[in-house]
Amino acid sequence: MKLWKTLTMSAAALAVMTPAAMAEWQPRKPVEFIIMAGTGGGADQIARLLQGLIEKHDLSPRPFIPINKPGGSGAEALRYLQDKAGDDHTVMMTLNSFYTTPIIQEDLGVDVTQFTPIGLMAMDTFLLWVNSDRDDITDLDSYVSTVKEAGLDWKVGGTGSGQEDSVLTAMMEAAFDYEVTYIPFPGGGTVAKNLVGNQIDSTVNNPAEQMEFWRAGNTKPLVQFTAERMPAFPDVPTAKELDVDIEYYMQRSVNGPPGMSPEAVEWYTNLFQTLFDSEEWQEFCKSDGLTCETMMKGEELAEFHATQKDAHVALIEQVGADAITGE
Amino acid sequence: MTVRTAELLMAIATLLMSLGLMLNVYTDELNIGWVEGRGPGAGVWPFWLSAGMALASLATLYRWFRGKTPESRSDAPYIDPETLFLVAVSAASLLGLLILMQIVGTYLSLMIFMVLYVRILGHHSWGTTMAFVIGTPVFVYLLFEVALTKYLPKGLPFFEEGFLFIDNLRYEWFY
Amino acid sequence: METILVSLGSGLLQAFEPLNLFMIFAGCLAGLFVGCMPGLGSVNGVAILLPVTFLVPPTAAIIFLAALYYGAMYGGAISSITLGIPGASTAVATVFDGRPMAQAGKADQALMAAAIASFIGGTVSIILFTLFAPPLAAFALKFGPQEEFALMLLAFATFVGLGGDDIPKTIFSILLGLVLAAVGFDIISGQPRMIFFDMVEFQRGIGFLVLAIGVYGVGEMLWTLESTAGKVQMHSVKITVSRMKQNLLQVKEYINSTWVGSVLGFFVGTLPAAGATPASLMSYGLSKTFSKDPDSFGKGNVSGVAAPEAANNAASTGSMLPMITLGIPGSPTTAILLGGMIIWGLRPGPLLFTESPDFVWGLIGSMYVANFATVILNIALIPVFIRVLAMPFTLLTPIIFTLCVLGVFATTDRMFDTWIMLIIGVAAYLLRKLNYPVAPAVLAIVLGPLAERSMRQSLISSQGDPMTFLERPISLVCILIAVALVSYPMVAKFLKRNKAVEAAE
Repeated sequence: MKLWKTLTMSAAALAVMTPAAMAEWQPRKPVEFIIMAGTGGGADQIARLLQGLIEKHDLSPRPFIPINKPGGSGAEALRYLQDKAGDDHTVMMTLNSFYTTPIIQEDLGVDVTQFTPIGLMAMDTFLLWVNSDRDDITDLDSYVSTVKEAGLDWKVGGTGSGQEDSVLTAMMEAAFDYEVTYIPFPGGGTVAKNLVGNQIDSTVNNPAEQMEFWRAGNTKPLVQFTAERMPAFPDVPTAKELDVDIEYYMQRSVNGPPGMSPEAVEWYTNLFQTLFDSEEWQEFCKSDGLTCETMMKGEELAEFHATQKDAHVALIEQVGADAITGE
Repeated sequence: MTVRTAELLMAIATLLMSLGLMLNVYTDELNIGWVEGRGPGAGVWPFWLSAGMALASLATLYRWFRGKTPESRSDAPYIDPETLFLVAVSAASLLGLLILMQIVGTYLSLMIFMVLYVRILGHHSWGTTMAFVIGTPVFVYLLFEVALTKYLPKGLPFFEEGFLFIDNLRYEWFY
Repeated sequence: METILVSLGSGLLQAFEPLNLFMIFAGCLAGLFVGCMPGLGSVNGVAILLPVTFLVPPTAAIIFLAALYYGAMYGGAISSITLGIPGASTAVATVFDGRPMAQAGKADQALMAAAIASFIGGTVSIILFTLFAPPLAAFALKFGPQEEFALMLLAFATFVGLGGDDIPKTIFSILLGLVLAAVGFDIISGQPRMIFFDMVEFQRGIGFLVLAIGVYGVGEMLWTLESTAGKVQMHSVKITVSRMKQNLLQVKEYINSTWVGSVLGFFVGTLPAAGATPASLMSYGLSKTFSKDPDSFGKGNVSGVAAPEAANNAASTGSMLPMITLGIPGSPTTAILLGGMIIWGLRPGPLLFTESPDFVWGLIGSMYVANFATVILNIALIPVFIRVLAMPFTLLTPIIFTLCVLGVFATTDRMFDTWIMLIIGVAAYLLRKLNYPVAPAVLAIVLGPLAERSMRQSLISSQGDPMTFLERPISLVCILIAVALVSYPMVAKFLKRNKAVEAAE
């Protein structure tokens, strides 16, 4: 009886509250902040940093709960978000497997252009790293000739077949016409450790994953795959400067499920804009070699996703899905 | 059912399961052989270990026919009829709890679960029962939702709205 | 050496600052509480931390987190002993002997042994940590996939003889665990494997905790319900001062296992891939192999509680080492710790020691103090934990079922996993009634993914040449030890028989 009363009362209260809520949308329950990668990786670090900042600056009336859904290079997360269509309390931190996973796994039934774009928080970059013990490798040319000589004995570490770095590795194989042995490890940190320990010979890592080893003099970057040299690495040439046509970025954007209500989209966009403009975030971008000049959002981001998706389809076709899965 | 029959049936079941696993890996077109220069393919581990499971099941079958295991010689009932009720009710109540959680949400289903267990099965006093019926959801709410910021299943939208009404009070009063 | 002592001294002073000291006790208590809930562990405890970090300086916050981590390690043993459900993968081995001890009315002894062994393990490893952090970090770097695989072989080898008497059923159980571990995405080829009924949820794989809670929570509960017909299952214990004293003195019985577990745990813990679970399993296995009375293991031998507990606490300290010196998390919890450090503007990596010495030594100092805090809290709380056992079964069962369901849900936020837990629980119950040992399956699902991945990584890097495992010194040594361990029981038996023959002649 008591229970029934509570329920009817709550229903009545909700009915009264609804119009007010429409005017200015706000989350009414904790927001699931899905991360399409495991704990400890780049995406996870960023999502937890953002969550911390939301809490610190009291930006949301309800907490953001980070939930890792790393299954199948993000396939699990993508399907989860797809099935949450129309939900206003779920957002996802994405990386490039946002594009590659639905291409490689055709039967997943996810079209990422259907998702609701919220904000592009940063563009992450890639550099080619070797252990600093390798005195014989000083630039890209000596790298390529050493790799060609070593052939399949050359071991490149990465975070898994079908992940961004395997795509980039395949692109390099195509560009330089050599073949290497690609060894997948569970996470960028492990890759870095294996490079420092000389278990692998080279890797394409994000700056954040190598930064500390580089500062300690354990590893060195040879080339960056960006359009222009990054401020953090003024002495490292870009591939374009060396007449190699490889430019590759990792997008780190926040997206919602398909069919999110416009009011909610507006609220989230404003929230992430505030985060983007915060001192802490800009500081993080600078120290981790991320590019964060303006936050792409709405239509612009949707277009960006569409072009990126097409680019990845072309890319995967060019290097061949086999080159990426390695079987 | 005697233990003897049960062991035979279980060995057959595990054998079929092992073969099913092998078939599953095989039809997924995973490589179950050695890839030149790369070592074992993606299907090697699950396929051949499942094959091992099948062999182990066959060995158990063989031992059953030869009467080598103590179970194969036992005519005692597999599940004691006197306690069958208790075990079945427990498993079923857990099943019910999981189903209810998805319909009426975690908290209501826990209350129902507690009434069933403490009052109906345990014959405890109404005082104890109510302590559990009220205490468990409160404890769970404080631990999972407040301290650990987990969002437990809330069931259908109607029940979720009801919960959110209570949850709103928390934010209004404490933040 | 001197500089170490000076730095350590300042670190200890920092730990004794009132705020930090408070943080240590609060963290231990919170960790203890979270750790003893099945399914919840230090990883979940991090959620509690976040609001705290905005109120206090980074050093105090990381001290809180480290204390929470310790507390949770101890807490895992509490649920393993009193409820028979491993609170975390690190506490699986504690169930093997802790549960029988509790059933025999010796829960207080088991809890005391766990507390003291954990304390020794934690303290030994923090001392090793203080003295040898830099060279150990260098050693950890030598561990490639080949060495990891050899280490996994070693872990399996320590477990020979853990299963029951029925060899085909034991093998079936191990293999089942290994196969279930392969469900989901293959990290090497990126292909989905064994996605049953095309359910996308299987892509995530079957988590260890889902299996462990299914087997030990649901399965064990059904088993106990049947075998006791719903009567009160365990002897309640009356705690008196003299009994506590007696329990303390019992330390002689398990001190050897504890030392071995502590050192082993620390070294295995420092290896980035391994962590505390293999460490505790290996420690249990070793202590059984070299025990004078190996048959009593699994039936309530106090060394069987002390060995894994010493090892898992030592390993949890050890796993901080690669995090602090290399910036590589040795466990999921340290991964989140790492995230926390970044939020506070600290950069874990090879330079942390030189760039933020106050922070590092404050953390190390607090680890010493946290160890004391947890052991005191633990022993003081034993009477409280024991009360759980005195509860009538019809009250305990619904509580345990609730904790199982919510604990499994909390680890992955998926109802799907709770269904898998129920299915596994019922299956485990049915299998167990037919004398299928279930522990090997639980171990196999923990070690399986590590073993498969490292084996295939090694073979890819050697281009398919299996000799790679024998060509590398560390890996060769591990494999030789593994072979020796497997053959040891047979050799021992042979020697014994020879002696008997000689004596007869």
